[in-house]
Amino acid sequence: MASGSWIGRSVERVEDGRLLTGRGAFIDDHPPVSNLSHAAIVRSPHAHARIRGWDASAALAMEGVVGVITGRDVAASCKPFGVGVTAPVHYYPAATDKVRFVGEPVAVVVARDRYLAEDAAEAVVVDYEVLPAVVDPEKALEPDAPILHEAVGSNLAGHRRLVYGDPDRAFAEAEVIVRERFRFPKYASTPIETYGVIARWDGLDGVLTVWSNFMGPFIMHPLVARVLGLPENRLRFIVPPDIGGSFGIKSSIYPYLALIGLAAMKLGVPVKWIEDRREHLLASSSGTDRVAWREVAARNDGTIVGMRFKWFDNVGGYIRSPEPGCSFRPTGNFVGPYRFQNLEVDASVVMTNKSLTGPNRGYACGHLYFETERMIDLLAERLGLDPVEVRRRNLIDRASFPYRTPTGGLYDSGDYAATLDKALVLAKYDELRREQARARAAGRYYGIGLALAVDPSVSNMGYVATALDPQFRAKPEYLPKSGAVDSATVKIDPLGRVIAILGTTPQGQGHQTIVSQIVADELGVAPRDVTVVDEMDTFTRVWSISSGTYSSRFGSVGTSAVALAARKLKAKLVEYAAHLMGVTPGEVEFRDGGVHRTSGKATPYSIKDLAGRAHWNTESLPEGMEPGLAATAVFGFSVARAVDAEDRVNSSNTYGFIAEVMAVEVDPDTAAIKIVKYVTVHDAGTIINPMIVEGQIYGGALHGLGGALYEELAYDDDGQLLTGTFMDYLVPTASEAPDIEIAHVVSPSPLTTLGSKGLGESSSMTVPAVIANAVSDALRPLGISITELPMTPTRLHDLITRARSSASEPRPPRSGHPRPEPASPTPLQ
Amino acid sequence: MTETPIRLTVNGVPRTGQCVVRKLLVDFLREDLALTGTHVGCEHGICGACTVLVNGQAARSCLMLAVQADGAEITTVEGLMQNGALHPLQAAFRRHHGLQCGFCTPGMLLTALDLLRVKPDPTEAEIREGLSAVLCRCTGYHGIVKAVQAAAPELRAAAPWPDRRSP
Amino acid sequence: MKPPRFEYHAAHSVDEAVALLGRYGGDAKVLAGGQSLMPMLNFRLARPAALVDVNRVAALAYVREDDGVVAFGAMTRQRTIEFSPMVAARLPLLREATRWVGHLPIRSRGTIGGSIAHADPSAEYPAVLTALGGEVIVQGPRGRRTVKAADLFEGYLTTSLGPEELLVEVRLPAMPAGAGYAFEEFARRHGDFAIVGIAAMVVRDGARCAVARLATAGTGPVPVRLRAAEEILERDGLGDAAVAAAGARAAELVDPDADVHASAEYRRHLTGVLTVRALKRAIAGATS
Repeated sequence: MASGSWIGRSVERVEDGRLLTGRGAFIDDHPPVSNLSHAAIVRSPHAHARIRGWDASAALAMEGVVGVITGRDVAASCKPFGVGVTAPVHYYPAATDKVRFVGEPVAVVVARDRYLAEDAAEAVVVDYEVLPAVVDPEKALEPDAPILHEAVGSNLAGHRRLVYGDPDRAFAEAEVIVRERFRFPKYASTPIETYGVIARWDGLDGVLTVWSNFMGPFIMHPLVARVLGLPENRLRFIVPPDIGGSFGIKSSIYPYLALIGLAAMKLGVPVKWIEDRREHLLASSSGTDRVAWREVAARNDGTIVGMRFKWFDNVGGYIRSPEPGCSFRPTGNFVGPYRFQNLEVDASVVMTNKSLTGPNRGYACGHLYFETERMIDLLAERLGLDPVEVRRRNLIDRASFPYRTPTGGLYDSGDYAATLDKALVLAKYDELRREQARARAAGRYYGIGLALAVDPSVSNMGYVATALDPQFRAKPEYLPKSGAVDSATVKIDPLGRVIAILGTTPQGQGHQTIVSQIVADELGVAPRDVTVVDEMDTFTRVWSISSGTYSSRFGSVGTSAVALAARKLKAKLVEYAAHLMGVTPGEVEFRDGGVHRTSGKATPYSIKDLAGRAHWNTESLPEGMEPGLAATAVFGFSVARAVDAEDRVNSSNTYGFIAEVMAVEVDPDTAAIKIVKYVTVHDAGTIINPMIVEGQIYGGALHGLGGALYEELAYDDDGQLLTGTFMDYLVPTASEAPDIEIAHVVSPSPLTTLGSKGLGESSSMTVPAVIANAVSDALRPLGISITELPMTPTRLHDLITRARSSASEPRPPRSGHPRPEPASPTPLQ
Repeated sequence: MTETPIRLTVNGVPRTGQCVVRKLLVDFLREDLALTGTHVGCEHGICGACTVLVNGQAARSCLMLAVQADGAEITTVEGLMQNGALHPLQAAFRRHHGLQCGFCTPGMLLTALDLLRVKPDPTEAEIREGLSAVLCRCTGYHGIVKAVQAAAPELRAAAPWPDRRSP
Repeated sequence: MKPPRFEYHAAHSVDEAVALLGRYGGDAKVLAGGQSLMPMLNFRLARPAALVDVNRVAALAYVREDDGVVAFGAMTRQRTIEFSPMVAARLPLLREATRWVGHLPIRSRGTIGGSIAHADPSAEYPAVLTALGGEVIVQGPRGRRTVKAADLFEGYLTTSLGPEELLVEVRLPAMPAGAGYAFEEFARRHGDFAIVGIAAMVVRDGARCAVARLATAGTGPVPVRLRAAEEILERDGLGDAAVAAAGARAAELVDPDADVHASAEYRRHLTGVLTVRALKRAIAGATS
């Protein structure tokens, strides 16, 4: 097979054989140690309460119970987790003094099996003094709100006002200003496999081994080590080969690594805990719910001159790292694909009596683009312009790449206008507008939405420091943070077979397949001849703070490391073969799985030849060559820099682009939304496996649709979760999944070895925006503007009813664009 | 606690075990019979990851007690391969990227198999309705629907059912 | 989410099951298809002292027609009903409603008796039983009795069955030949419990409506027979105006509750909308 032929092909997945036949190796499948005991976690039934005491005596007397640890043990044995803000929030793996959300762990019962552990968990008595709760981030900041953390003194975990350019002047000079308030819901990607942890304490050696479906980032390893008071080289994290989905959610398992680890240490038995669905919905992780106020300043021709963002991000009962990433992860791409230079961001991170938040597919970008893209449509409406034209007028030009955003982002490559055009052509945008005109004339509610998004991948760890004041960051004792690295090892065994070893934690992304394609191309072999091992083990893998499979990293940083490792090894093979041929390396070349003389006749050396000789006869190596046929590469981005004194940071390392068009029809009688057309065009640079890439897009889009229409972790005013089962927390099914037309534009990244970028979060960040725009457009004859998600039928029905009753006489349906007079949107409150 | 003996046939093989009466069938399959291909996703019958065939019909193994399966014939994902080769439905899932993380896959496969038995020539809408019994968070269902569409004619031709019964 | 401890008895006859229920004096639960009870056990929301499993009572699984009445053994699976030629011919409304009950793997196990005895007001079978004016036979320590649909449902998850009684048979009058029917449901996802569901049957007599039957799911603590709406059709015929009036009346007849999925007002509104849609479809399918 000629080189270069595997990348770009929809190679069937290596992973599928085992997963299709029930031979996957998930955390709950194969006990890595014998004699496991099983944990059940006692959780708070109250949203806010002081703990007066624990009494585990009845539980300890029950059948099969090995032991119980409570928050008292946690307080005595653990340090609190480090948090990403300076506010004194003491977050432990279980509640030590107060509970601050329903479902917060207060004790762990360990027993012979899970059934008995759950029996005993019911017998643990916790004495609570119930306190008033607050769940709404605006109410939480009112002066008389109950305070969650007395040491903080308010419920504000952090606040930053970031100013880029001269927004005040931009707004003062603007010809038009549009303002709107938005609410974004709390939802979570709820992987079908829940959290799972197994911990074994080896007291003699002082080593705690923790198996789990943790996905990284491995910054959490030193964090957990510190909480448990263990040296890092005495804490071993192992991740099994298969993880049943994550979408960011399993990065927040780490408090349980500490909690179950502590149980194993205290009780002296290996402990297994598999989270159940009730626990998962109550207390795993989600994105934030957010109240946002947006302002856009523009000229009458639609040119945007500045924006103001203000939001309250609700992180729940504690601010758990990597929050407040909810506010700052998109710092570098705050401006999206638009050219404006003046921006003010007023970000408040608020604690309330809800469950804790963290990365969830699209981390904060679903919020960002929902708000921004709605504002673009509102601006177009105000100006009587087509929303396509307003977007086009403001796009970053192709000639500007690499483009430095005012907030410090470095967009590596792209052709935004061409991508938008491709989406419009594919969607037959003009035809959709004509169809809309016909539908409106017939009294039907048909709408078309657009959304554009810069899709950031491979977060730069340095962005988290944006949460801190520049004065704080300027202190000499402050250590700047930056980086995004991944490693890979490629080795060749004595019979010439290739093994690639990764330290990633894939959750369905097909790393083994992708790596086999890359290595096959680099070494001129077939993918099936490459064995890929991707079981993370902090004792054996080369890893760093930023390691893990999150933030759409692998397609960008992981693939780069693999290709570099293969190239290193190839260079060694070339040098070795040249030595064997008695020529210089410049006189040979690597092709077709072997080393050949560039000119003249000589028998080529295959990889198998070279491997046999190199392993069996080290004397044949040239002088100074290190024996062994293995190469490890660690790839890091030089564009990952620490946040600067002006709060500018390149918060990600590669930036793709998404352009979407959606058409919907709303049934005004039931308020049901039907997706008539949905087109999404992505630019993620070089595509290694189109099948896998499109799988990510289909999946990401449905996550976005879930958040837009179905999914919400809804709470009552007392902090009780109302959607604590899969009967009430509505995950979209096959019947709800729309047809999607997918196309690509390819602008290779100059920063990665293969030109590829990440795309794992993809349309999860655009669908809330595109469907909100489409539904608003459909309901424009009623004067309805969507400002709150999810658009449940009951909420939409309320809007329609109110709009109809408030209209003294029915408005005549208007057709298409432009629309001269501004509609008066009905705010969704 | 006293345990109750259970005799059943799993993937055509007679198996025995014993467990407490409250033990869920899915836990019995996974823990007592070491058939970990069947997965636990919600334990309240919504996600469908634990779906197996009970006497030839798809059913949630989290909503049955192991003792209720005494005497039953169970088919799990481990029983789908035939003569060491992937079942045509499994092969279609692979070809059409009908799985990513693979966690819902066993339940999807058995649900789809049951669907294609009662509706050998389903429309896309019928496939989607049938598959709505199982939640997948990775694929957006696209590849799964394609795989079932592709497998349907093959199964109509070959009818390689684990067993044959009335609907 | 593991069930709490309970004693378990697999009954092999109705008498044995009733005797077991009597032995526990109301502390036992009947385990039928288990598609509602098992989740409640796994969540530990139900804590019976014992389960009386009636899945092995072979005498409770049958479908037979008897003098214009289709009788279902309580343990007849929803799946059996879905594929029963007799049900398709004699109770096509029940067949259509069945496809709204959960999903096929749920219907493999779920039973008609279990669904009705569980009395979830959002469920489809109680609505059909109510619309068609069916009845159930229950057996208790003092023998058998018949309970009409109108006397069965008392409140949310509550029936007039005593704790020691077992529902053994569901009886539905066969639909007249040529009857039009429709089960309309609005749920947030396929397979979910209804936000609102409407079971409708009309028997046409030329332009007249000889019989109209309408009942709801999801509009309050019990299924609601929309008798006053039926009367509009039976009085004014099957024209659009009468259908619209019946829909409007239907919305007035229900007193729905609000929950996380729908406001009371939205449910009331949907009752009207779906009544009209169900009637239109039923009327289109009705032959004189």
